Amino acid sequence: MIAELGLAALWLAAALAVLQLVAGATAVAGKGKGLSGVVRPVAVVQGLFILLSFLVLIVLFARTDLSVKLVALSSHSAKPFIFKIAGAWGNHEGSMLLWVMVMGLAGAFVALFERRLPERTMLATLAGQAFVSLGFYAFLLASSNPFERLNPAAVEGNGLNPLLQDIGLAFHPPTLYLGYVGLSVAFSFAIGALVTREVGPAFAKAMRPWVLGAWIFLTIGITAGSYWAYYELGWGGWWFWDPVENASLMPWLAATALLHSASVLASRDALRTWTVMLGVVAFSMSMVGTFLVRSGILTSVHAFAVDPERGTFILVLLAIYIGGALTLFGLRATTVAEGKQFNTVSRESALVINNVLLSAILAIVLFGTLYPLVTEAFDTKVSVGPPYFNPVGAIFFFPMLLVLMVGPLLRWRTDSLGRVSKPLIFAGLAVLAAMIALLIKGGAGLLPFIGMALAAGLAIASVLPLRGRNLRRTPLATWGMVVAHLGVAVTLFGMGCETAYKVEKLEAVKVGESTQVGPWQVTLKAVSPVAGPNWTALEAAMGARYGDGPEYTITPQSRNFWTPPQQTAESALLTRWNGQLYAVIGGEADGGRWQLRLWWKPFVTLIWLGGLLIALGGTLALVGRVASDIRRGIARVKIAERKEGMA
Amino acid sequence: MSGDAATRQKRSRWALWLPLGLFAAFLLLVFYGLVRPANRDIESAMVGKPLPEFALPQAVPEREGLSKADFATGEPSLLNIFASWCIPCAIEAPQLEQLRQEGVTVNGIAIRDRTEDLNGFLERNGNPFERIGADNVSAVQLGIGSSGVPETFVIDGQGVIRYQHIGMVRDADLPLIRSKLMEAGQ
Amino acid sequence: MNRFLAALLLLSLAVPAVAQDGLPPAPYAYQQLEDPALEAKAQKLMETLRCLKCQSQAIADSDAPMAGDMRSEVRMRIAAGEEPEAVRQWLVERYGDYVSYSPRLTALTWPLFVVPLVLVLLAVFLLRGRFRRKDEP
Repeated sequence: MIAELGLAALWLAAALAVLQLVAGATAVAGKGKGLSGVVRPVAVVQGLFILLSFLVLIVLFARTDLSVKLVALSSHSAKPFIFKIAGAWGNHEGSMLLWVMVMGLAGAFVALFERRLPERTMLATLAGQAFVSLGFYAFLLASSNPFERLNPAAVEGNGLNPLLQDIGLAFHPPTLYLGYVGLSVAFSFAIGALVTREVGPAFAKAMRPWVLGAWIFLTIGITAGSYWAYYELGWGGWWFWDPVENASLMPWLAATALLHSASVLASRDALRTWTVMLGVVAFSMSMVGTFLVRSGILTSVHAFAVDPERGTFILVLLAIYIGGALTLFGLRATTVAEGKQFNTVSRESALVINNVLLSAILAIVLFGTLYPLVTEAFDTKVSVGPPYFNPVGAIFFFPMLLVLMVGPLLRWRTDSLGRVSKPLIFAGLAVLAAMIALLIKGGAGLLPFIGMALAAGLAIASVLPLRGRNLRRTPLATWGMVVAHLGVAVTLFGMGCETAYKVEKLEAVKVGESTQVGPWQVTLKAVSPVAGPNWTALEAAMGARYGDGPEYTITPQSRNFWTPPQQTAESALLTRWNGQLYAVIGGEADGGRWQLRLWWKPFVTLIWLGGLLIALGGTLALVGRVASDIRRGIARVKIAERKEGMA
Repeated sequence: MSGDAATRQKRSRWALWLPLGLFAAFLLLVFYGLVRPANRDIESAMVGKPLPEFALPQAVPEREGLSKADFATGEPSLLNIFASWCIPCAIEAPQLEQLRQEGVTVNGIAIRDRTEDLNGFLERNGNPFERIGADNVSAVQLGIGSSGVPETFVIDGQGVIRYQHIGMVRDADLPLIRSKLMEAGQ
Repeated sequence: MNRFLAALLLLSLAVPAVAQDGLPPAPYAYQQLEDPALEAKAQKLMETLRCLKCQSQAIADSDAPMAGDMRSEVRMRIAAGEEPEAVRQWLVERYGDYVSYSPRLTALTWPLFVVPLVLVLLAVFLLRGRFRRKDEP
């Protein structure tokens, strides 16, 4: 009964999307005056219905309603409750419904709260949003129905993949999807602006909070995913340039460039073409990512096992939406009037360089990820992984860091390097000091060495914009910029440090024996069987002592699930201010010994701390802007009303 | 609009179509990837090269161990990589037996197996092998570029690998194997 | 995006640490070399070699028995004095470029190396063009 309610809500939402598109398009074309008033309410109601549909799915999973095929395939009655709920989006159909829900809700919020744009552009935006949603509604209803019934109902479910039965599943997909699909708003704004030829500061100011919001979620989502993979997969890796990881990075790169570009357009009325282009590219990357993950054409540990038919469906959607948007761009972009001029040395130019370099990295990641497909056309298989992406990415990333240090200090329109070189001396000194320290310590490869040195410089340079300012009067947006850039430095330092100085120890020890890894002494105290709700495990009790400090007990497990049957290594982490001890218990070796895998990872937590800092910086900027926009909101409405009265 | 601005417009016009062009290339590439049948097999790069030197101990009492010298008989033969824990290996056993009855020499390498398990496997599925070598650390498997079980190689009379068949040998595959054996004999 | 599916296929294809075969792992699958310098060389190499039975993992990151066997082989060769690149070459001779995450420059992979250069030139061209135009008082 409830499942049918969910399906009905889904159909209704889709129907409303059709109405939204038709009403919006005709209003923009100037043909249906009466319909223009309908578009906003329809967008809001559509959002409500799709939200209802998604909530129904959650209820079905919470209840483990085994008469629904999706629940039977991916859930189990013995699963812990939180994983029952999170399991709703731990599969293809459920995550697709999540995607469509975020799109609908985003459209509803835009319809409710966006008051800055000229009415016609707003209608074009909402029509664009509906147009894109329709494709995904069709995909869901035609080939990925989450509410399909199973007759007769299953006796028990297949269970959720044990590696997903983790708190990470509750965080990672929702934040990631809020990010990906939030970028659809920017896409729709760009379409609306191109259609009505209104590419200017108003468009950028309207789009900016939405891009910021999506970007913040995307940053959190990627950071959470990295940390989750790190502790869940049992080997301590936090990024592998795997195709699906890249699929999440590419929209982030585009969104970062878009964010900065929109800021320039909003405050300086420059970079119009770049901004509208990036608005299209960012969500296009989200869609390309979704396609790559669900089509099965790329080998990845993360890819869904979906049939190529579904992949073809999404590909057709891609062709229509991205192809359409890029065609519109080609046709209309030349008529976008030139923005204001700026000199070679100016903040605008630094941001242009930023855009170019970010786009280059995006292109490299996309190209490298797809390249195995190219060679397969010639019947050869190649693998492109970290040994390619790390150095090639660095070619563009390291210069970008240098620009990052200088850019925020430059004035708009025109400035001179001489003026900013004085404060930057501190950053330069930091780089030198770091290099000397690292050379003395020795043992770091070239890339981590440069990375850590630049990180030191960036850490100083990112706070330099605060120099000489009244800190309490500094706008929140500026604080946001400082914190976010500092976050980049922190993450980079963590990455370099872990790569260069991690210590690994593999040893087979008997109970009672100890081993050394870096500054830690680890003693195996006991190995005992334990049981959980849907698993049994061998749990090792290990005593870990840092230098001559106190001893802590950690309990890594080697777990066996039975539905589905799977063995996982549940790592144990011991976190200090200067790094983490990562411990895993392996199998039994000869002579009653146990295989221990231990790592000492100096400053590894900085990687994710930095990610959170970046997201925090974005949040500060968003709050700051929204607050100041609300303050100016009333005046803006008055101006718009006056304009309409005159038209 | 000034002449300078007009040239600027013209120069950038083609650049504005570049993203669409790149996207079209992407579509073509990806569409091709979708329509071609997915081939996840990793083929050995050693086809056409000689077997590496190896000498594996015997895996079961009734059969001798296997070494490279056993292939230098002047006659082509089959090398079957298998294991008792491999289910498709059990399914292809009748086909291997069929080939043995046709006079083909079938030598086996058992990957990561115990004698008791192997004995049970051979009892249940028959024993078409002339010799069986025990490869418990996949040393020879790595050496010939085999990446899983079951795989069957056609080796010619001088010990050169001539053909690799990935996966189990079905009835429909027998004619191809026979023709490859004949080729190797020439 | 669907990194949480990190397991979905890893799940269906990965082999539990206690192998389906029940045999102990190869000698150097989970044992490091005594010489830390050699072990470091081996570790760096293993992080760039692909596990053939997994969906996309380095042999340094996989519990699959074959990955263990490959690690053992790599460590033994390094211990015997072979250079990491020679070991990589040995594996590529047997499995093709697929087994190495570090693509070689061949007739098929040259775009991978040329495209970054092209992008650098494109970036320089775009920026120079923009800045020369914009340098008006």
